[in-house]
Amino acid sequence: MCTQKNQQTQSLMRKVAIYGKGGIGKSTTTQNTVAGLVEMGRKVMVVGCDPKADSTRLLLGGLAQRSVLDTLREEGEDVELADIRSPGFCNSLCVESGGPEPGVGCAGRGIITSINMLEQLGAYDESEKLDYVFYDVLGDVVCGGFAMPIREGKAEEIYIVCSGEMMAMYAANNISKGILKFAKTGTVRLAGLICNSRKVDNERQMVEEFAKRLGTQMIYFVPRHNDVQRAEINRKTVIEWNKDCEQAEEYRSLARAIENNKNLVIPNPLTGQELEALLMEFGLLN
Amino acid sequence: MNEITESADDAIDSTQEPTRPQPDPVAAREEFLKIYPDKTRKKRAKQLLVNSDPEKPSEIGANTRTIPGIMTQRGCTYAGCRGVVIGPMHDVLHITHGPVGCSFYSWQTRRNLARPQPGQTNFLQYSMTTDMMENEIIFGGEKKLAAAIREAYLIFKPKAIAVYSTCPVGLIGDDIHTVCRLAKAELGINVFGFSCEGYKGVSQSAGHHIANNGVFKHMVGLNDTPDEDEFRINVLGEYNIGGDAWEIDALLRKCGIHVTATLSGDISYEQVTRCHTVDLNVVQCHRSINYMADMMEKKFGIPWIKVNFIGAQTTAKSLRKIAKYFDNPRLTNRVEEVIAQEMATLRPVQEAMKTRCKGKTAALFVGGSRAHHYQDLFKDIGMTTIAAGYEFAHRDDYEGRAVLPTIKVDADSRNIEEIEVEADPKRFRPRKSDEQNAALAAGGFSYKDYEGMVKEMRKGALIIDDISHHELEKLIKIYKPDVIASGIKEKFIIEKMGVPCKQLHSYDYGGPYAAFTGAANFYKEIDRMVNTKVWKLVSPPWKQDPQIPARLVYQTKADRAESEESNKTWKSPLKAADEEG
Repeated sequence: MCTQKNQQTQSLMRKVAIYGKGGIGKSTTTQNTVAGLVEMGRKVMVVGCDPKADSTRLLLGGLAQRSVLDTLREEGEDVELADIRSPGFCNSLCVESGGPEPGVGCAGRGIITSINMLEQLGAYDESEKLDYVFYDVLGDVVCGGFAMPIREGKAEEIYIVCSGEMMAMYAANNISKGILKFAKTGTVRLAGLICNSRKVDNERQMVEEFAKRLGTQMIYFVPRHNDVQRAEINRKTVIEWNKDCEQAEEYRSLARAIENNKNLVIPNPLTGQELEALLMEFGLLN
Repeated sequence: MNEITESADDAIDSTQEPTRPQPDPVAAREEFLKIYPDKTRKKRAKQLLVNSDPEKPSEIGANTRTIPGIMTQRGCTYAGCRGVVIGPMHDVLHITHGPVGCSFYSWQTRRNLARPQPGQTNFLQYSMTTDMMENEIIFGGEKKLAAAIREAYLIFKPKAIAVYSTCPVGLIGDDIHTVCRLAKAELGINVFGFSCEGYKGVSQSAGHHIANNGVFKHMVGLNDTPDEDEFRINVLGEYNIGGDAWEIDALLRKCGIHVTATLSGDISYEQVTRCHTVDLNVVQCHRSINYMADMMEKKFGIPWIKVNFIGAQTTAKSLRKIAKYFDNPRLTNRVEEVIAQEMATLRPVQEAMKTRCKGKTAALFVGGSRAHHYQDLFKDIGMTTIAAGYEFAHRDDYEGRAVLPTIKVDADSRNIEEIEVEADPKRFRPRKSDEQNAALAAGGFSYKDYEGMVKEMRKGALIIDDISHHELEKLIKIYKPDVIASGIKEKFIIEKMGVPCKQLHSYDYGGPYAAFTGAANFYKEIDRMVNTKVWKLVSPPWKQDPQIPARLVYQTKADRAESEESNKTWKSPLKAADEEG
């Protein structure tokens, strides 16, 4: 495994951002999916956009990454790409934006600064021959800074991780509003919902229906499995921890679904009433 | 200031009407408003009134948000707090917490002068800032602020340090008050902060209020030692622009009235801490400091009256009013002597200037009290104010304090802290007994007596709050006033339209204009401005020829030959029309 082969002869980097409610499993899903992509031979860079700087922990085998903002602060202007970008599982490239301690400063501004820094340092240059860049973004789109990856065409494909739980769907709908706003003036599109199952009743049907009403698709249904937790404790992605387990195959399938996805849309967010009606309809089915 | 008797020797005839016939104000108002979209017109109509009945001022939509797209005169909350009210305290070290621009552009722009006593320090020439950069915006600026306070203390050893928040500080949520409290404990000097982020409120007026609260909470009442002089007062809302406070101070001293503190003009930290030991507060600028006057009355029992030391007649009135309050024959006689002396010197100047300025017109758009006060100076030399308005005043400054209970508290004003003040259990002391107050009232004396600007203006005058660029241009075209008093931003627009502008933010290089001595300066200045021929002699090139030929700098030889040819044959449309006609 891990033989690097560029799919396209000419570099056409796909720019992906993963959003979703806090605690829904964005970082876990992102890293496990990226593991599937790098295993297929794709060259992928993951940019963690969370002040906690824990978006690349599994790919790196622990919290070893020095964040862009910490480096910038300590080294001044003299920053090299190698200072802030570390190779992870299967030559994936890992970057953490970082940010302030909870309760001080402005994390949103930090994300803007660090993405600009990556651009200046040439992390996205054609010579890097990236097939994918993944932005793993904290929680909801709370302010301008957290919308940075979907502004100015930095990310063009947005996947929202959600489940059949009400608040997760509510957050997904809100994020769609953010995408709609920037889609009108830019190239950002909604590429699908990833259902990270919480074993809610009628979960698959409900998220599928929700995706349909947003104008998109449920690109994959990731079943709940304890192996994910076991791999995390070992600071590894599932594929690295046990490449033959069932869950590893699920993430490979998700990676393939993303690889083959051509369905990019401008979403139609639901009104609050519509969303509640949907929940009532599926919640009351049994 | 009603029913104060005037002796004949200082009375000035002020019933002068403009020489030139004046336009119909109702039609002019329509003309100003007609270009606006419906919603804007509706809002501006409430801020643009004709003074149809000076006795009963109409309700004005003052202290409301400026409409986006209208070029406004207003400033920001930081400017009102750091720039206006506290900035003039000369031995307090002022640190602006924010990126460098706010500090740089508030550096010595207001000409509030100071003449420190031996042993006192003066930091007014300095501008200090934490110079926040991207790093502080992301990670928070509290550590840099704490370091800046410490560094400033080590270099300057001030008695007190004041910290001012600018916009980004409010957005990222730096807790400047905790930083200040810790610095106070560490350094053993008074350190306090003001959350005066520029975006708060609708104008700089919010900053005045925030400043009043902070000065009252952190400085006033720290030192109970009174001055030994009798007839002790504070002058509130006087900022010593161009030395105004010095003129007022000298005049009061001549009368035997002692000024403990002028808030805030040429004032030291120590004076602020003792200013609650006086027996009367006199308020010059009502808008910027009425909060302080009210809080000092509630906590310490010091009553306040409105005065005006701008204009000879009003200065005399104000002096008599102070004398009446103290109710001491020696003081009353002395005040009359001083007025007679001052008027004897001033009258020849005033009369000479009046013969030259009589019948001319003025318009004033400035401040929160200046647009009112300076009308009295114009009146002294026979000039008429045809239009006036404030930048940031509230309804009470237009219509009088009687309307205070009816002022609607909106979301913007609710956003500014209103501090609850109670009588100090030990230090509250009524300055007059009930009997004394009753006697004063019977003699026509009243406290807290601001009647506003509108009542003192002529019938038919225009009242324009927060005037826009468009309205100012229309006003100049329709009314052609002989002089306009405004702030620095409008000055050059007015002058480009051929009208002299008296800049009343900083007086440019002029002043002082307060008290009798200052009045003489103002009369002469206005005479110089309205009687100069210079405005009629200058004519911009586009008035003679509306099109000027232009040629590309970079061009090929062929292009050049062609354009030189066309320059030779070029004719302005006006000349062409003349030749044809």
